[in-house]
Amino acid sequence: MRDGLSTIQVPQLGLIVLCGASGSGKSTFAAKHFAATEIVSSDQCRALVGDDETDQSVTAQAFALLHDITDKRLEVGRLTVVDATNVKPEDRKSLVDLARKWDVLASAIVFDLPLKVCLERNQQRADRQTPEHSIKRQHKSMRRSARWLRKERFSRVYTLGSVAELDAVEVERTKLWTDRRDDSGPFDIIGDVHGCDEELRNLLSKLGYDVSANPIAHPDGRRVVFLGDLVDRGPGTPEVLDIAMSMVEARTALCILGNHENKLGRALAGRKVQVTHGLAESLEQIDARPDDYRQQVADFIDSLVSHYVLDDGRLVVAHAGLPERYHGRASGRVRSLALYGDTDGETDEYGLPVRYPWAEEYRGTAAVVYGHTPVPTAGWLNNTICLDTGSVFGGELTALRWPEKELVSVPALQEHYEPIRPVVEEQPERPALLLDVQDVLGKHYVETGLAGRLTIEAERSSAALEVMSRFATDPRWLVYLPPTMAPVATSKRPDYLEHPDEAFGYYARTGVGEVVCEEKHMGSRAVLILARDSVAAQARFGITNDAAGVIVTRTGRPFFNDKAITASLLNGVRAAVDETELWATLNTDWLVIDAELLPWSTKAKELLKRQYAATGAAATAMLPAAARALEVALDRGIDVSDLHSRTANRQTHAEAYVEAYRQYCWETNGVEGIEIAPFQILAAEGEVLARRPHRWHLETIDSMIPAQPTLLRRTERHYVDLADQSQIDQATKWWEAATENGGEGMVIKPAQPITLGKKGLILPGVKCRGREYLRIIYGPEYLEPKNLERLRERSLGRKTSLARREFALGIEALDRFVAREHLFRTHECVFGVLALESEPVDPRL
Amino acid sequence: MLLSITSTTADATILGYLLHKHPDRVRSVDVGFGRAHVFYQEASPERCTATLMVEVDPISLSRKRNSRNTQNLEPYVNDRPYAASSMLSVAIGRLFGTAMSGTCDTHPELVDQKMDLELELPVVPVRGGEDVLRRLFEPLGYSVDCTPIALDPQFQSWGDSNYFALTLSGSHTVQRALAHLFVLLPVLDDRKHYWIGEDEIDKLMRRGGDWLPNHPESEFITRRYLRFGALTREALARLADGAEDSDQADAELDEAEAKVERPLSLNQQRLDAVTDAVVAMGGGRVVDLGCGEGRLLERLVAESSVSSVLGVDVSIAALERAERRLRLDEMSERRRERVTLAQGALTYVDDRIVGHDVATVVEVIEHIDLERLDVFARVLFGHAAPAAVIVTTPNSEYNVHFEKLGPSAMRHGDHRFEWTRSDFKQWALSVSEDYGYVPEFSSIGPDDPTTGPPTQMAVFRRGQEAV
Repeated sequence: MRDGLSTIQVPQLGLIVLCGASGSGKSTFAAKHFAATEIVSSDQCRALVGDDETDQSVTAQAFALLHDITDKRLEVGRLTVVDATNVKPEDRKSLVDLARKWDVLASAIVFDLPLKVCLERNQQRADRQTPEHSIKRQHKSMRRSARWLRKERFSRVYTLGSVAELDAVEVERTKLWTDRRDDSGPFDIIGDVHGCDEELRNLLSKLGYDVSANPIAHPDGRRVVFLGDLVDRGPGTPEVLDIAMSMVEARTALCILGNHENKLGRALAGRKVQVTHGLAESLEQIDARPDDYRQQVADFIDSLVSHYVLDDGRLVVAHAGLPERYHGRASGRVRSLALYGDTDGETDEYGLPVRYPWAEEYRGTAAVVYGHTPVPTAGWLNNTICLDTGSVFGGELTALRWPEKELVSVPALQEHYEPIRPVVEEQPERPALLLDVQDVLGKHYVETGLAGRLTIEAERSSAALEVMSRFATDPRWLVYLPPTMAPVATSKRPDYLEHPDEAFGYYARTGVGEVVCEEKHMGSRAVLILARDSVAAQARFGITNDAAGVIVTRTGRPFFNDKAITASLLNGVRAAVDETELWATLNTDWLVIDAELLPWSTKAKELLKRQYAATGAAATAMLPAAARALEVALDRGIDVSDLHSRTANRQTHAEAYVEAYRQYCWETNGVEGIEIAPFQILAAEGEVLARRPHRWHLETIDSMIPAQPTLLRRTERHYVDLADQSQIDQATKWWEAATENGGEGMVIKPAQPITLGKKGLILPGVKCRGREYLRIIYGPEYLEPKNLERLRERSLGRKTSLARREFALGIEALDRFVAREHLFRTHECVFGVLALESEPVDPRL
Repeated sequence: MLLSITSTTADATILGYLLHKHPDRVRSVDVGFGRAHVFYQEASPERCTATLMVEVDPISLSRKRNSRNTQNLEPYVNDRPYAASSMLSVAIGRLFGTAMSGTCDTHPELVDQKMDLELELPVVPVRGGEDVLRRLFEPLGYSVDCTPIALDPQFQSWGDSNYFALTLSGSHTVQRALAHLFVLLPVLDDRKHYWIGEDEIDKLMRRGGDWLPNHPESEFITRRYLRFGALTREALARLADGAEDSDQADAELDEAEAKVERPLSLNQQRLDAVTDAVVAMGGGRVVDLGCGEGRLLERLVAESSVSSVLGVDVSIAALERAERRLRLDEMSERRRERVTLAQGALTYVDDRIVGHDVATVVEVIEHIDLERLDVFARVLFGHAAPAAVIVTTPNSEYNVHFEKLGPSAMRHGDHRFEWTRSDFKQWALSVSEDYGYVPEFSSIGPDDPTTGPPTQMAVFRRGQEAV
């Protein structure tokens, strides 16, 4: 019949349909060549549904299950082998449909063994024999339909015609053409060249390539990725092709197929194509070359694939972009999307196809770099970027450095070709915020770099949704929420609930060498998200209402209802940033700043009046009256001396309590009297600064203060080498003195903010609050020995765990925002912080 | 907590017999949240003063409260140890219970004897101010001497607290005077009684027995008692920065808005108009966005042309109330299948609201920040894209007719904006253009010739000419 089949090649991602009568050896073959989890068998599904592999009465349910499993496996991109007889075309069709649904290749392996063999093998089965007539019928069906298999859209069909062949054949897994995940560059990805050879040389040279070499190469081994559409319209299509072909051959470049190459390839192959959109120029230029040049170009184009998945799946290049579900998939649909984009045959007023805005809806983790549609400037949108900046139309030729994500471009030397449609005049607008409620509602998991996968319970999401949607600032601004902070472990000293001993002890035990003790200001937490101006705000945050920043509370609410106050405070901070030239130093036009806003009474005035001052008023009215009554009784000789001394004591506590909260209140008028004490500059363009040492933050902020001395407040600090007891003692004394004078306390942080210990993330900070301050937390009389004893039983575990998780989420949010991931990716982290904040935990901690 | 009872009636020391406490001794009892003591400051025939003092143990108090699992510091830092509240009533009950029940074995003839009494309380929390104090005590025959206590003398701008130093003088039997305090202290305070059980509240009510029904404010007094049962939603309260937007605050704001609009019973008219509009469009699959406690859902379910209703609200508490209002658990299977409630937010795309014939958005958009209306429009008109959308919102021009509303004030504390008719029209037209709808405007409530109606409504139809 034909030569023996020695190797079956199967794609790493695809569907393999085994096809043959019972007893033809499918299951044995499958078990020999594939992992158990890769095989979905009808017998196994019968057993799962009906407890018995041979129970024919559950066949319908078993096949429904088989299809479901196959569907899910292909959805997530797993090789799947379907072990069923599959001898009827309709059985196979439903499987091929699944492969097409998920854009993977379907292969068939036909077990065309002699009937005799099948019957014999069936006989030998002790446990489950198929009736002979069934096998005969199956065998006949298999033979009859084998020749139709190709037409059933299997990309490969392998037939095993004998026992010997079956035993000898090897199965080899092949990578898909598009799969270059093991290639991490670095790359310089270049947008549509369209025959602009001089511009290409200029760009390559600007990128550091040696353009005099042939083939062109980079001294550091960087490689070019051409995004397709090298040809047509421009003056030097063959010259561009020469560069690309030689570089690809020398492996100093990769190239993917553009729609223009595709059409040129068809024209070169002699197919009938419309000679429009600059194809004529290309053909003319190519024809001026020697005869074999046509074939060279045709072969080159033939070798190009629709897209590549690169750098461990972090980067996808496709000429017209590609929605996430098609990454690494193979089908006509994928090829068409990658070449032409998502069009539906509709055309616009210029007769060009209308494209659907796939990038607006893109939510993938892989960056998609593409070209095809000329844009005035390249800009990131939801982790996608278009590099076609219309060189041939007189724009620029643009490259993206990967993984650096830097843009490099050179101007066009002239307008080589008149655009049919004006290159989109207006700035491509960021889409209005489209977050999906399913991104946040219900039980969720958020992957974080610092603490792994974190669970957000449905109940917590539910509480957070209400706050987020009704009261919080626009999620486009809200790229960060501060984590909660745990207090130090309870002090062992008799008259303290919290003392620095425990903080120093904790960090020394976890191996932290140096800590910084920062003064804790008693105000309200405020996060400032500050853009340089409203243009920058719009460009980076997509905010269109002319605001150039926000100040939010720890739960994401606008700090002030009065927008004028917010704007005025932000202007002050902005002026200080201007003064220190931080914009230039950090190469950014926005900052996220973590701060405390004072006085406490600014935000908490109602709370102060309703709760704190009221308690003080009641206590300082009642206790003296009681003391007087008791004194009168004492004078009468009634023995109330114990009660009297206790009451006098309580009166002292009440007065100290009133003194304690008064420290944190002063009158303000508009912005007058308001102070901002920044303590960390969390992020700027391109960098999550929260990773820098605290020393950098505090010193940078110090340098801003002279510009706005009344608005900005310095954070006092002590650096402590934990190996040096005298430094510890000094810091402790400093804390004692400050808290006796009404200071809230201090926060002790590892000098290097993000420190991983043996058991994971070391707490980024613990607070140590002063004795007097704690009166407003634990109540005026908490220091009474009998009260303090009971309060020591507090449990910190939950708070500490929350602090760690919220911190990881906050940093993750910033990481994602800085990496320009889709808004929902940042939002789910910020939302997670808010959700965790709704967990019940002792509010006194 | 402190209460002094002074008798100046001749032979004042008989107060001691009535109170069952010897004037030269101190009596102390454990009252659960601390210890209560009675001692006498004076005990002469001319003047006898018994003082009840409660030493509250703040830690045990907070621990009891903590079982409710709250997230603010109120259980730990509060006025309860100092101010005269229901806890003082409990202490009165424990120490003067016999007196209050009118028992005096040694001198039974004294029980019904009126005495000139002075009741002195240095710190009484009063919700509603001096007016309430007078309304409650003057009809009972007391002369009321009260002085407000400043919140903090160092911050004069903060003004007065809710506390008064109070002295009541009047001629009453001791039994009756104790009962007055016993019942009215919690009413004045009007706070949730975290630290005492429901059964104690019943006891309080019983002490009103013979005098409360004749009190001109008996309805007010009873109403305040009935409120005690309500609980706040804890999870949300934990996220409140200063509790300013807690659920309770919402309820209060809603109540306030209802008060402003009450003369019209505007809400009824609004719901009628929206229901009529839904029916006029043939009903079908309806989604009510911002359904609240389900007043509109209730009407829609009753319409046979409405094949299904989905109520969406961001507040779980509101959805729970809607579930009770609609009596979902008692509904027949068939009717039950037509109703779904779901938590959702109007600034998030939501596939569950796609594929409806009509979306109703009744008095909702004004609760969305102006800046985020574009997102809302995209979520509703762009993504959910129902065949028709019905939106109602206040007409701010009409606000001049609301007497209780100050100039430039809004009807509800959470309203982010209130629109004139032309504001609304402009928004509706631009949304219609962006998403391919045709709006039609109408009025709800009396249509005043200059200001227009109190509520404005727009019915948007997708991709077809207005009829």
